[in-house]
Amino acid sequence: MKSAVVQLPGLNRDRDMVDALTKISGHAPVTVWQTQTEIPDVDLIVIPGGFSYGDYLRCGAIAARMPVMDAIRRKAEQGVKVLGVCNGFQILVEAGLLPGALMRNTSLRFVCKEVLLEVVNADTAFTRTYTEREVIRCPVAHHDGNYFVDEETFKSMEDNRQIVFRYAAGTNPNGSLSDIAGVINARGNVLGMMPHPENLIEAAHGGTDGRGIFASALDAVAA
Amino acid sequence: MNIPNSIAITPELVAAHGLKPDEYQRILGLIGREPTFTELGIFSAMWNEHCSYKSSKRWLRTLPTQGPRVIQGPGENAGVVDIDDGDVVVFKMESHNHPSYIEPYQGAATGVGGILRDVFTMGARPIAAMNALRFGAPDHPKTKHLVSGVVAGVGGYGNSFGVPTVGGEVEFDERYNGNILVNAFAAGLAKADGIFLSQAKGVGLPVVYLGAKTGRDGVGGATMASAEFDESIEEKRPTVQVGDPFTEKCLLEACLELMKTGAVIAIQDMGAAGLTCSAVEMGAKGDLGIELDLDKVPVREERMTAYEMMLSESQERMLMVLRPEKEDEAKAIFVKWGLDFAIVGKTTDDLRFRVLHQGEEVANLPIKELGDEAPEYDRPWMESKKHPALLASEVAEPDDYNAALLRLVGSPNQASRRWVWEQYDTIIQGNSLQRPGGDAGVVRVDGHPTKALAFSSDVTPRYVEADPFEGGKQAVAECWRNITATGAEPLAATDNLNFGNPEKPEIMGQFVGAIQGIGEACKALDFPIVSGNVSLYNETNGVAILPTPTIAGVGLIPDWSKMARIGDMNDGDELILIGMDGSHLGSSIYLREVLGSTEGAPPPVDLQAERRHGDFIRGLIRGGQVSACHDVSSGGLVLALAEMTMAAGKGASITLSEQRGPTHALLFGEDQARYVVAIPRDLANFVGASAESSRIPFRRLGTVGGDRLVVDDLLDVAVVDLVNANESWFPAFMA
Repeated sequence: MKSAVVQLPGLNRDRDMVDALTKISGHAPVTVWQTQTEIPDVDLIVIPGGFSYGDYLRCGAIAARMPVMDAIRRKAEQGVKVLGVCNGFQILVEAGLLPGALMRNTSLRFVCKEVLLEVVNADTAFTRTYTEREVIRCPVAHHDGNYFVDEETFKSMEDNRQIVFRYAAGTNPNGSLSDIAGVINARGNVLGMMPHPENLIEAAHGGTDGRGIFASALDAVAA
Repeated sequence: MNIPNSIAITPELVAAHGLKPDEYQRILGLIGREPTFTELGIFSAMWNEHCSYKSSKRWLRTLPTQGPRVIQGPGENAGVVDIDDGDVVVFKMESHNHPSYIEPYQGAATGVGGILRDVFTMGARPIAAMNALRFGAPDHPKTKHLVSGVVAGVGGYGNSFGVPTVGGEVEFDERYNGNILVNAFAAGLAKADGIFLSQAKGVGLPVVYLGAKTGRDGVGGATMASAEFDESIEEKRPTVQVGDPFTEKCLLEACLELMKTGAVIAIQDMGAAGLTCSAVEMGAKGDLGIELDLDKVPVREERMTAYEMMLSESQERMLMVLRPEKEDEAKAIFVKWGLDFAIVGKTTDDLRFRVLHQGEEVANLPIKELGDEAPEYDRPWMESKKHPALLASEVAEPDDYNAALLRLVGSPNQASRRWVWEQYDTIIQGNSLQRPGGDAGVVRVDGHPTKALAFSSDVTPRYVEADPFEGGKQAVAECWRNITATGAEPLAATDNLNFGNPEKPEIMGQFVGAIQGIGEACKALDFPIVSGNVSLYNETNGVAILPTPTIAGVGLIPDWSKMARIGDMNDGDELILIGMDGSHLGSSIYLREVLGSTEGAPPPVDLQAERRHGDFIRGLIRGGQVSACHDVSSGGLVLALAEMTMAAGKGASITLSEQRGPTHALLFGEDQARYVVAIPRDLANFVGASAESSRIPFRRLGTVGGDRLVVDDLLDVAVVDLVNANESWFPAFMA
């Protein structure tokens, strides 16, 4: 149940993520700085949200080229689970570990609110504590969450069940294609999602719907 | 090739620096010669209203600033207040009015950046932000553009930096058509033994420059912010700084790491008047001289003059006095975060502020007179003419109470601000217990199992205009009340005093009256002012803003599981009004929105009642007897009830039995010191009895239930219709 949280200049939900992982697993994750070329032996690597390098170029574009990403890529190839949330999702897409692109919200504004997510695929290492088509609450906070992917890739993703979360019941906050909120790679060990499950894990957050993602990823390892 | 620093000093040049002839004479007397161009710039930067508080200082001294929990009052980067267990909260509010009107996105963004820096300069990690924003009339051609830019700027900076925005205000009034107000608040957490101050100590120690490089942006910003606007305003755009929240976030992390090493003797952020102000303040406070060598200053533009470097307001910069043996360790931290770290000078024992550039001395000035002994004025002032009292019987009743209430909840100043706060990250850090939309924002204290802090920002400018003294009192009382409505104990406040041109006796009269009112209320409520900011000259072509002394306060909740919220009421709960019946319609929202009048004296604030009622409410909440609580303010009892039903998504049936006085005053009157509480039915008699025995006036209003707000046979509106009216105005306005 060992986990690691990646730290890059400009990421700002790293503390939230460390806190969530600690509370759910009972163990504090190790933190990994952007220049590290080796990642310690862990079962889950998390790239948290924020504005890496200010997002002054395309979101995540600079972060995706830092040394730590090569180490993450190698771990992913070995089957280690990798979760990217918000800016972390954008970084995984920029690094080529996930298909598609994240464009500016159609409103052209930053949006922070609670949305509903439909668990489209509950048969992944990150969602097995949920049931298929279960609708969960989850907050979002982003400026660039408008997911896009070409038609051909979209079709193969649907066929492979790579779409894991969709915004439910008219709550799509950013105009993303087919209401996509989270996607997984073909191998099933790299998940990227725009919403912030780490901000809905305890009573003080007003709910615990986000716990399942971490519980799934960490329990699966223990199993 | 040398960069020229010598420019002839002419009366025109002196005037263009905002220095009055008598102030220039004072400079000549002080240094016994004509100042150099760089020196003139330094004097202009230090002696302008924004940095020197020369018109306001005399009156600010009258405010209560001490209390058993106050660790640091005004005079440092922010106030520091004890919240038990060795924890402290560090907070301040500051204006960025002038720049936000000229360039709304960057003006607002750098306002947020500046206040965050004030907080983390003191060693605190920012945990909450608020913004009090005031714009011109909705139909003024500039208003939409300004709202859009300011909100995006506030969000753009705060979201990227990573601080939750948990509260604030957005108001419209035509008196802000030419001068909007952007007042930014930030609070941070620190340990009592981990506070850093700006007072330099020790002679011959290195003065270190930290953070971003110096450019030409913002040169003369503080001087610009100390003058009125006219048609030439567009030309002032280059005086507005450009924000870089990414660098600020890196600077935060680097500074907090640095502070842990023990390397920091004194630290000061570079805000208004940049390098000049930070260096002079550190030296003057420590009774030391400072020598700066500008050839060592990290710059991002070529051939900058000494004048430009000294007056640049480039953002995300700090100055510190370093323990020399820690230099390597300190530098490594800044290299890791990709920030500049340069020794640019040293402390001296001669009380001079000396600036070297290209080997030449371009300034040599007495540091005390620049800093804490700057000029001070006792400006002539005239007692403000107060609006005469207006009896409720002289105010027309509405023809249709349903229509009047729907109009109020959907009016520009009472409509939901969701469009605004959904652009702010309100949940980052995972500690936000109450987000915008309630009485106060509430944030958990990280690392403590039960403690939380409540934050609120308040002022009712139309009251201050009608009676500065009562309006000043009311701003403090409402802030105290909003904090109390969560169950928190109000601890201390920061003030952001926004007024017109202080050289006009009538404006100075508003300022003096408001300060006297604030002072009286703070004393009566044990709510000291621990930090603050004054913004004067908010005038365009001779028209001043409404006098707007914003008060932002902090309260402590020992156990957040016993906190109250606005909308947590249950079917069957009894609704009780704590406080007197409404009777006062002067300067009310009803008068303005329904009858189109701004007449009448504002409601008087009985501070003893305020305190007694608030203490009673806090006792109820902490005793677990309250399911929901809301303060009664603008719009009176019926608007408070409407806001509670909208937040809960539940209706209520109200009966006004044993009515005394006119009905519209009972429903819309804005009398102070009042709350509405929802009490579980089995506790309602007990709460009534304890109010009676404590001699607290109260009125049993009715019951929570259904999906309509009903008041006898006067009013009957579906809650969903209230919500629609309340939520639709802002998006429609901004569409």
